[in-house]
Amino acid sequence: MQKRAKPRERSQGTFIVINAKDNVAIALNDIERGTPLRLQRSCHAVNIVVKQRVPFGHKFATERIGKGQVIRKYGETIGKATKPIRIGDWIHTHNLKSIRGRAPH
Amino acid sequence: MICASEIALKIASRVKGTVTFTHQHGCTQIGQDLERTFDTLVRIACNPNVAATLAISLGCESVDTERFIKQIERTRKPVVMLGIQEEHGSRRTVEKGIAIARKMVENTARMKRKQCDLSELVVGLECGASDAASGIAANPALGVASEMIIREGGTAILSETTELIGAEHLVAKRSATPHVKKRIYEIVGRMQKKIETMGVDFIGGQPTPGNLRGGITTIEEKSLGCIHKAGNAQIQEVLEYGEKPRKKGLIIMDTPGHDVESITGMIAGGAQLIAFTTGLGTPVGSAIAPVLKITGNPRTYRTMKEDMDINAGTIIEGKETIECVGTKIYDEIIRVASGKRTKAEKHGHHEFAINRIGPSL
Repeated sequence: MQKRAKPRERSQGTFIVINAKDNVAIALNDIERGTPLRLQRSCHAVNIVVKQRVPFGHKFATERIGKGQVIRKYGETIGKATKPIRIGDWIHTHNLKSIRGRAPH
Repeated sequence: MICASEIALKIASRVKGTVTFTHQHGCTQIGQDLERTFDTLVRIACNPNVAATLAISLGCESVDTERFIKQIERTRKPVVMLGIQEEHGSRRTVEKGIAIARKMVENTARMKRKQCDLSELVVGLECGASDAASGIAANPALGVASEMIIREGGTAILSETTELIGAEHLVAKRSATPHVKKRIYEIVGRMQKKIETMGVDFIGGQPTPGNLRGGITTIEEKSLGCIHKAGNAQIQEVLEYGEKPRKKGLIIMDTPGHDVESITGMIAGGAQLIAFTTGLGTPVGSAIAPVLKITGNPRTYRTMKEDMDINAGTIIEGKETIECVGTKIYDEIIRVASGKRTKAEKHGHHEFAINRIGPSL
């Protein structure tokens, strides 16, 4: 079951990391490009600058993710990165693809 | 039957206390596809929310109208079938239909309300026009309510097999028996094969353009958010579309992600109430069962307040916990089951759609 991370507020950015295994965070408001955020992990903090505008409910990377690597939300696989993703990059259809919902080859 | 839709609407519009729905089916269908239409319509008439049925047929459709009436009669509820050709046309059918329906309403009005145990309650779980807030707030809160109903001996139906794709391993782990586990993988595999025959990626169909706008990028992501509606209970049984549960507790029904087809299937299976979570907002209702709307998106609650019953957006705003909103949903489910009208009911929304297996011939 999902654990709710405490949303941390820095300037205009509120967000949530649903599961400790996740490499994405979810914006709880529209976060503008360049907004600095601070993500508290269990024993260290990560500074993140949001690289593109992230609308409410959308995802951004909390770790570097290589092309072909798995993207995790709810502690589970939601697809694979189609290009290298930097910390703070907005994640959506331009850099994340489903593994299951594909046409047969 | 499709050709009788307008006549049924005319009768219902003139008799207070009746409802009807229109649909496209009942003719030029064969095999399992025809059986599904037949069974769904019969089971809708057998739903505990229905007191009496006036069925309108044309007189030459594929559905066997005699068998149709016989099956509904087994519930010992009043049922009458009027054939348009036999009654000599529209005007006479409408007139006769109005008279019969009025009598049915009169008789029903004499029935007394009786207290029922929560173990008799079957709640259909649905999510539609989802956004990322559904998976974070509305669905986990509905999951809390589902668990409370199940603890009281009641039944909750998790539907939408498309939205098990990518999350089936988590649901299957909670199977009550190895057979249930096998059935979960079976219905997901079957759905996936059906989609693959289309030869293109699911995206655009699932997730929908609205889901994508709301921050859901992949079907796996959508599914992982969707399954929270059911809480953490064990899965007791896996049903085919429109089938009646034999067990109590948490049940899965094989329905598509199409909201109205899914709701119709669960109501045919005997659900007396639908608990429906939404992110972007939807007005969908049903003529047969009250549909309770819960949104996890605080903005949607503000902009579509007239269509939303419960605001789970307070979870995202940090004002209420998931447990707290879950308890509110549970309380509201009890109130609605006891007669309180939902927003969709007040608007008179009566969407209805039967899931098809085969083509029209």
